[in-house]
Amino acid sequence: MRRYLGGAIGPALFVIGAVVVALLPRFMGEFRLLQFTLVAVYVIALLGLNILTGYSGQISLGHGAFVGVGAYVTTLLSLGRPGLELLQLDPPSWLPIGDGMTPIFTIPIAALVTGVLGLLIGIPALRLGGISLALATLALAVSFPILMKRYAEVTGGGGGLNLNLPETPFGWDISTRHWLYYEAWVTAGILFVLAWLLVRGRIGRAWRAIRDGEVAATSSGVNPALYKTFAFGVSAAYAGAAGALFAIEIAYVNPDTFPVALSILLLASAVIGGLGSLAGAIFGALLYQFLPIYSQEPPVVSFEFADQAPPVVFGVFLIVIMLLLPGGVVSGLRRLGAFIRGNLARRPSRQRA
Amino acid sequence: MALPARAARFDVDVGPALRAVILGIGLLVSAVALLGLIGLVLTQTETGFTWAGYWQQVVSGLAQGAIFASLALALVLIYRATDVLNFAQGEMATFTTFIAWSLMNHMSYWPAFALTLVIAFVGGAAVERIIIRPVEDRPEIVVVIVTIGLLIALNGLSGWIWNPEVKAFDTPFSYGTTEIAGVVISYQDLGVLGVCLATVVLLWAFFRFTTLGLVMRAVANSQDASRLLGVRVGWMLALGWGLAAVLGAVAGMMAAPTLFLDPNLMLVVLIYSFAAAVLGGIDSPVGAVVGGLILGVLINILGTYVDFIGGELRLPAALVVLLIVLLIRPQGLFGHRVVRRV
Amino acid sequence: MPLLELKDVHARYGPIRALHGVSLTVDEGEVVALLGANGAGKTTTLRSISSMTRTSGDIVFDGRRIARRSPEYAARLGIAHVPEARGLFPELTVWENLRMGAIGPGRGAALEQEAKRVVGYFPWIERRRDQPAATLSGGEQQMLALGRALVSRPWLLMLDEPSLGLAPTVVRELFAIVHHLNEDEGLTVLVVEQNATIALDIASRAYVLEVGRVAVEGTSDELQRHEGVRKSYLGY
Repeated sequence: MRRYLGGAIGPALFVIGAVVVALLPRFMGEFRLLQFTLVAVYVIALLGLNILTGYSGQISLGHGAFVGVGAYVTTLLSLGRPGLELLQLDPPSWLPIGDGMTPIFTIPIAALVTGVLGLLIGIPALRLGGISLALATLALAVSFPILMKRYAEVTGGGGGLNLNLPETPFGWDISTRHWLYYEAWVTAGILFVLAWLLVRGRIGRAWRAIRDGEVAATSSGVNPALYKTFAFGVSAAYAGAAGALFAIEIAYVNPDTFPVALSILLLASAVIGGLGSLAGAIFGALLYQFLPIYSQEPPVVSFEFADQAPPVVFGVFLIVIMLLLPGGVVSGLRRLGAFIRGNLARRPSRQRA
Repeated sequence: MALPARAARFDVDVGPALRAVILGIGLLVSAVALLGLIGLVLTQTETGFTWAGYWQQVVSGLAQGAIFASLALALVLIYRATDVLNFAQGEMATFTTFIAWSLMNHMSYWPAFALTLVIAFVGGAAVERIIIRPVEDRPEIVVVIVTIGLLIALNGLSGWIWNPEVKAFDTPFSYGTTEIAGVVISYQDLGVLGVCLATVVLLWAFFRFTTLGLVMRAVANSQDASRLLGVRVGWMLALGWGLAAVLGAVAGMMAAPTLFLDPNLMLVVLIYSFAAAVLGGIDSPVGAVVGGLILGVLINILGTYVDFIGGELRLPAALVVLLIVLLIRPQGLFGHRVVRRV
Repeated sequence: MPLLELKDVHARYGPIRALHGVSLTVDEGEVVALLGANGAGKTTTLRSISSMTRTSGDIVFDGRRIARRSPEYAARLGIAHVPEARGLFPELTVWENLRMGAIGPGRGAALEQEAKRVVGYFPWIERRRDQPAATLSGGEQQMLALGRALVSRPWLLMLDEPSLGLAPTVVRELFAIVHHLNEDEGLTVLVVEQNATIALDIASRAYVLEVGRVAVEGTSDELQRHEGVRKSYLGY
């Protein structure tokens, strides 16, 4: 019996989680709903980061930049001004931009664009070792807001761009907030399953082999360059999708929404949630949304506060967690599970009359 | 790991000191030549270019670069000793600069400066023993997050204790300028350059000529081998962190007069210093210093003479240059740890 | 009372158990050899003495318990452990490596005096003082490692596979020096070797390890006549 349970726990938890997510909106008002919608967004972002850092072992400090790229792609497409005039190109006729694309269709495009960007960056990144890669990705994170401000003609510069609030499709009779909530979580669910398939298959094994010892992996016939670059592309695509959803939820983007701090905090959240396990993305996302380190809504991360206490708490929290639970929440749960199972085994079976 | 046997590079052993001097002079000459070359190019492309203005930019770039060099050296010091990239180095520097600011309200500049260095040393050693020691053996990513946590905590703490409003910070150097060979140079720039380089040289002398310095170099080479010789490695690491914190404090106190003191003082400097350290080769102290100076001059020249970069794109531009260098030479200018152990 | 005694020592690297109850003694003034094939646990035994593995059991040196302390502690008590990989500092010069030998107190080393002594054994050191250790040949590195161990005037010298990767003439020279140090200066030596022949030449007693246990022990003569040892380790 226990053997069957062991293999089925993952999917079982997933189904339970799906049910919880589906029912949650009944119990909360609009504001909470927005918060939980954003949790879905962060789950997607952290899935990507987990794949890059947790499974293929490449430390990235630039994930936030890719999220930003996705957000801006979606914004520009849905406003009908993809900014291609900068490159002196006309938008291709088969792209249904018109006056503005329906936001939901922009999500895969945003993911694709960022994915390609990730691949392009992943290729030279191969030459760089751990430290240099961290620096290169940090460079991305730092440069992104600066570039967005610089090319204000396209991006709306510091003032940012507003998106039109999306309409519920098919004239369904639910509030926009509800629609966005389900849109985000269904996307998150699909991407979660996709990640799960990637990770448990050949590709995931190759990633783990590379992470644990690149030389050994190479001698086993794995081409590290191929898989590492692919990891970069996939992780960027996830970030792009997250960014797209983010823009749709908040209906506003500006360069300061995606500062360096975003990349750093995403990494921290991923680690605390638990690298090397997809479930870690969920805990990390909850943490990122609900741990109080910023003082304004929408979640704009900045180090400049009126009340300085929260960053100190957060910083100390990071340190303490790494001391106690370096494997993150997931490892803590695993230990708890093992402890419980250990105790169950010792309980005498009940006597039947 | 058995050491590979390599043939000695010189037939005549002129001694490492002489070799260093020759190398240094060579670097200096090539640097001046390169700068001259760039200047020549600019005379063609820039209207209103003056040699005086150019060299002025070079000198102030050097002063800025000296600050990067100090912090970069701190990063390299810690990386060589403990294999940790200390993301909190900048914030530690900012924190100690705030302490200096408070001290300067009660005593004159140089005594406060010296006392700050002592406090920084103790603080740095304490951080290593209390915060870093427990996670030393954990995977790299864990230590990265710990230093990031430290960064965030210190940043918040500085703002909380001293309130986040921008403050002015004293400088011991007079505000005037002087003229050398027709080039106008500020005393501030000269002072910063002088202090930073003096600190670096003192540190170099410490490592080169004292027993303690020798032991620390040994620990950086191999902790295990040091242990087998009876070295208390833990204390040596704490010492390393203490010295790095001192370098950071110097960098902070030299940067604060121009950049003004607030909790985010060293955030951007950290990024530049990180870049400088990687440019020079993350395990090379010489590389850190040279990298810092190069970067300082580079961003000044790029910012002044390349129009589309202007003031805003200096950081991305510098990072692009850095990445190009890394792609050509992944180990940095002076680095050499590309060993792949099977 | 023996200078060094191991009582039923078990050692492991994580989940892998390497020693299963090893007991041995080394008396002052002796040369004891630890023999055995690859993976027998010889290196692990030395590492246990230096507290570099997880050990259970007793290790007593000069009346003090040293098991489960630290490498620094053992070194400061006067145990000089020259590991398999020599343990030199590649970027430091020959002279600086030598100086490092005088850091942890052995019998209170006065560097200059001890250094002269070592240079007496290895005259080439004087000529190559300022060369980085990484530029030395294998034999020179081994000799430098030995010299560095001697600078601290240790009570016990532990050598891990000193003949590894060295030409036979160099090996003979090295062992001659060790033998001389033992005979003339009373230096106690525990030497781990795969080359049983040359080890038994200078050792008075020896232990043969197999799969983490002591399989055979006895005087050097006894072992040289022991049929199993002869066939497996001495080649005749």
